[in-house]
Amino acid sequence: MVLQTPPLEPVESIIPLADEDLKRKDYASDVDTRWCPGCGDYSILAQMQRGLSNLNVAPEKMVFVSGIGCSSRFPYYMNTYGMHSIHGRAPTIASGLKLSRPDLMVFVITGDGDALSIGGNHLLHVLRRNVDVKIFLFNNRIYGLTKGQYSPTSELGKVTKSSPIGTTERPLNPLSVALASEATFVARSFDTDPQHLTETIERAARHHGAAFVEILQNCNIFNDRAFADYTDRDVRDERLLYLEHGEPMLFGENKDKGLAVSATGLRVVDANGPDAGLILHHDATRPSPDVHQLLARCQYPEMPVPMGVIRQVTTPTYGDYLDSQIEVAKFKNRHDVTQLLKGRSTWQVE
Amino acid sequence: MTTTSTQTNGSGGSGMPIQERDRVTVRFAGDSGDGMQLAGNRFADATAVFGNDFSTLPDFPAEIRAPAGSLAGVSSFQISFSKHQIFTPGDEPDTLVAMNPAALKSHLSALTKGGLLVINEDAFTSGNLKKANYPSNPLSDGSLDGYRIIKAPITTAAVAAVDDLGLTNQNAERTKNFFALGLVYWLYDRDLQPTLDWIEERFGRLPNIAEANRRALFAGHAYGETTEIADAHVRVPPAVLTPGEYRTITGNQALVLGLITASHLTDLELFYGSYPITPASDVLVELAALREFGVRTFQAEDEISAIGTAIGAAYGGALGVTGTSGPGIALKSEALNLAVMTELPLIVLDVQRSGPSTGMPTKTEQTDLLQVMFGRNGESPLCVLAAKTPGDCFYMVLEAVRLAYQFVTPVVLLSDTYLANTAEPWPVPDVTQLDQIDIPYRKLEHVSPEEFEPYKRDPDTLARMFIPPGQPDLQHRIGGLEKSDITGDVAYSPENHQRMTDLRAEKIARIANFIPEVEIDGPESGNLLVLSWGSTYGAVFTAVNDAREAGHEVSHAHLQYMNPFPRNLGDVVSRYKKVLIPEANTGQLRMLIRANFLVDAQGYNEVTGQPLSARLLTERITQFASE
Ligand SMILES: Cc1ncc(C[n+]2csc(CCOP(=O)(O)OP(=O)(O)O)c2C)c(N)n1
Ligand code: SF4
Ligand SMILES: [Mg+2]
Repeated sequence: MVLQTPPLEPVESIIPLADEDLKRKDYASDVDTRWCPGCGDYSILAQMQRGLSNLNVAPEKMVFVSGIGCSSRFPYYMNTYGMHSIHGRAPTIASGLKLSRPDLMVFVITGDGDALSIGGNHLLHVLRRNVDVKIFLFNNRIYGLTKGQYSPTSELGKVTKSSPIGTTERPLNPLSVALASEATFVARSFDTDPQHLTETIERAARHHGAAFVEILQNCNIFNDRAFADYTDRDVRDERLLYLEHGEPMLFGENKDKGLAVSATGLRVVDANGPDAGLILHHDATRPSPDVHQLLARCQYPEMPVPMGVIRQVTTPTYGDYLDSQIEVAKFKNRHDVTQLLKGRSTWQVE
Repeated sequence: MTTTSTQTNGSGGSGMPIQERDRVTVRFAGDSGDGMQLAGNRFADATAVFGNDFSTLPDFPAEIRAPAGSLAGVSSFQISFSKHQIFTPGDEPDTLVAMNPAALKSHLSALTKGGLLVINEDAFTSGNLKKANYPSNPLSDGSLDGYRIIKAPITTAAVAAVDDLGLTNQNAERTKNFFALGLVYWLYDRDLQPTLDWIEERFGRLPNIAEANRRALFAGHAYGETTEIADAHVRVPPAVLTPGEYRTITGNQALVLGLITASHLTDLELFYGSYPITPASDVLVELAALREFGVRTFQAEDEISAIGTAIGAAYGGALGVTGTSGPGIALKSEALNLAVMTELPLIVLDVQRSGPSTGMPTKTEQTDLLQVMFGRNGESPLCVLAAKTPGDCFYMVLEAVRLAYQFVTPVVLLSDTYLANTAEPWPVPDVTQLDQIDIPYRKLEHVSPEEFEPYKRDPDTLARMFIPPGQPDLQHRIGGLEKSDITGDVAYSPENHQRMTDLRAEKIARIANFIPEVEIDGPESGNLLVLSWGSTYGAVFTAVNDAREAGHEVSHAHLQYMNPFPRNLGDVVSRYKKVLIPEANTGQLRMLIRANFLVDAQGYNEVTGQPLSARLLTERITQFASE
C-alpha cells in the first residue's frame, strides 16, 4: 500500500493546553534532589521547568522517561508523570507510550553512556522512525553514577578510573550520530547558559517529531571542567558559534569571524575581510543534512563549537503514519470480531 | 465464505473395494520446493469439510531453500484423521508420500510396518539418489520389501496433463504436488471440490496456472483408480463432534485471534511490539494485517526494544503485548523485571523452540519453563500460563489478559512450535458469550489525590493502584528502583525491601484463588498419576488412554497454570503412590513439583525437537504402572 502523507499538526492541536498560566514551580516535584552539589544537572532541571512552563501544557499531560545514570534521576524531580526505567532503554518505553497515547508529551532523559553505549541501538532507531518524543542527552563525557569510568564520548587517551593510562578508543560525536540517524530535530546547548538552554528546550518541545538535544553538562566530581575551554563565560563569545536559523554564522566578541565552505569542510573567515561574502547563512530546514553534518563536526580548538538548533525539518512522524493507516483500514475494511474468528471458511457439524 | 460439508462419496468406479478404518495418518514428504506444506494444508481442508476430526504436524527445515534434492531440504506435513476425537497428529504414518529419494530416506523409518508408500519414481535419478546418500536404488534393490508401494511417474504424468497449456517446463513440473494430492484424495476418498474452490480463489487471476493445477489434481485422482494395491482405498467415516460451526486453527492463529478478542472485550487498544523470530513471527505478521481492529504493531530493532515498547504502551493504558521465542525471552529478561518492579499489566508470548542458543529454530520443545520462571535477577515472581492445544491458545490469551489486569502484573503465556504450526478443527466461539474482562484502572478515573497512592493495594488481590498518565493531580513516578510500600517512593530500608519482596510474591501466589483447580481424569487417588503441562496434552491424553486399555489404572492431570499452580495441586500429587511427569525437556516441571511438594516424581523426557511420541510414552506408563 502506498503511504498516505498525513497532515502535520502543531503541538497545541494534539496536546491540550492548560487553562491557567503555568509557572516553573508547577513543574517541580517535592522530591529532594540527590545530585552532587555543583552538578550541571541542577541547572538543566531548572531550565527544563522554565522552558516547559512557557508551553503551558499541563504537567499531567507530560511524561518523563529515563534510563539509568545520574542524569536519569531527572524524572523524580519533575511534577509530571514519569518512569525511571532501565539502562539505555528509555527510547523504547517512550516510543510505545507515545504511539499508544498521542495526547501525551513524552520526554526522554538520558546520559552519554545510557544513550550511546548500552542504548545506542535504540537511539538510532527512535530517531530514524521519527517517533514524536523529545530526547535530552546530558553529555558529561563520563560515567557519573558508576563513579568515573570513561564513556563513549570520552576523548581518546583520557585518564579515568577504568583507563588509568588513558583510553584507547575514539569518541562518538552525539550530533553526528543523530544526523546520521535521520533525526528531524538536532540541537545542542549547555548547562551554564540558562537562557540559551531554556530556549533550546522549548524549541525541541515544540518540534513535531523526534527531537534530539545534546546538553553539555559538567560533572564536577569525575570530569570537572570538561567543556570549560569553550563554555566558560570569558571565552564563550570567541569559541562558541550560536546558530540562528536564517542568520549568518558569525562568532567572536565583535562578531568578526564567520564560517564559510572550504574544499574540505568549513573554514573560519574574517567577517570584515575579502571573503566576508562567503559566510554561510544557517538553514536549519535544509532537507539535506550535509552542512548540518559539517557543523556537527566543528570541534574546539580548530573551530568554534556550534550551539543551538542545527537541524529542524518537518516530516510525518511514525505515529502520524500509523494512525492514518488505522484510520484508512477502519474505513475500508470490515472490523467485526465475530467475522474475524470465523476466518476464511467454516463448516457446520450437525 | 462459509462452506457446508458435503459427504458425497467422491471416488470413481475402480474395482477396488473400499475399506473402512477408524483412523489414518498420512505424511507428505518432499523437497522444500515441492509444495508439500501446500498439499498437506489442502488435504487438511478437505478433511475438515468431510467431517473427520484431525490434527496436523508440519515439519520444515530452517533453511529457506536448501539445495534441491538434499537431505537438509526435506519438508514434510503429517495429518492424522479419525472418526473419533483425536489429540495428536499420530506417531507413525500409515502412508508416506515421498516425492524424492531424500524424502524417502528421511522419513521411511517413521512409516508403520507394512505401510503404504506413494513414490514419485521420476525423482529417483542417479543424481538424486546420490544427494540422498543411497548407494543403490531402493526402488529396485529390495530394501522396500515389506511395504506396499505405489510407484507413480508423478512428475511426467503431471507435465503430460498440462501439456497443451503452454506453461514453462518449470511451471508444468510444479503441478506435481497437485497430482500427488489428487492421488492421495482418491486413496482416502476425499471430495475434490474444496480444493477446486481454493484453486479458483488463489489462482483465479492466473487462469493458466489455475487450470494446470486443476488438471494435475484430476490426473492424480484418475491415476489412483488404476492402482492395484490391496487395501489402499480407504474411507474413515466422519467423526461425531459437538455440533456447531467449526474452522481450522493453528496455535499462532489462535494467539492472534485471542489478542484481537481481548482488545475487543476490554475495549483497550492493542499494541504488539515484536522482533521477527521463528516460530513467533506469524503473530506479528498476521496482526500487522489487522489495522482495522486498531492494532498497533511495532517491528522493533531488537527484542529488548520490543518489550520496552510494550511496557510503554501498557503504562499508557493500552493492551501492551510482546511476543517472541526462547532466545528473545533471554534478551527481554531485564525489561521483564522492570515490569515486575513497576507492577504493570504486560502480556508476554513465548512460542518456545528447540535450544540452547539458536538450537533448531523450526523444531519444538518445552524448555523455557524455568527460564520464564526464574531467568531474571532478584526475587522476581510473575504469572506463567501454558496453552495445551492450538485452539486453547485463544482462551489462554484471554486468561493472560484477565489476570494481568486483575493483578496488575506481567503474565507470560507459553506456547511452542508444535502448537504454533499444528492445525485442528476448532468450534468458533461466540464472542457475546465470552466473559468481559475488567480494567481496574477505569474505576480510578475520579480518584482524589488524597485517596491515591501508586503502591496502595487491593486487599484481596494485592494489585497496586495503577493509573496511566494523563489524570490531573495524580502525577507520580515509577521505576526499577525498590519502591516504598504504599507511596511508591524510592526506598532503601531493609524492612521495606523485605516487605515489598513478600508482597510481590504474595500477590502472585494469590492468583491461585482466582483460577480453576486442576482436574483429575481417572481415580482421585491410587497407584499412578501422570502429570503433564502445555502442548503435550494430546500425546499424554492418548498415551494414558492406551495404557488404560491395556488394563492399567492411571490418572491424568494437566496443567495450564504454571505459576502459581492451581491451589489443589499439592494435595493431588500427594494422593498417588507414583507420579510420572512427561515433558519435552529434561525435567523442568518435575523439578518444580519435587521442590514445591516433596514428592518423588519421576520423569519421561524426550528432547528430540519433535512432539512426544504417544506410543513410547504408553510403554513408559505401562511399565511404570506395574513396577
Ligand atoms: C544493565 C546495566 N548495566 C550497567 C549498569 C550500571 N550503570 C549505571 S549508570 C551507568 C553509566 C551511566 O553513565 P551515563 O549514561 O553517562 O550517565 P551519567 O551518570 O553520567 O549521567 C552504568 C554503567 C546498569 N544500571 N544496568
Ligand atoms: S557524579 Fe557527576 S554527574 Fe553525577 S551527580 Fe555528581 S556531579 Fe553530577
Ligand atoms: Mg555521563
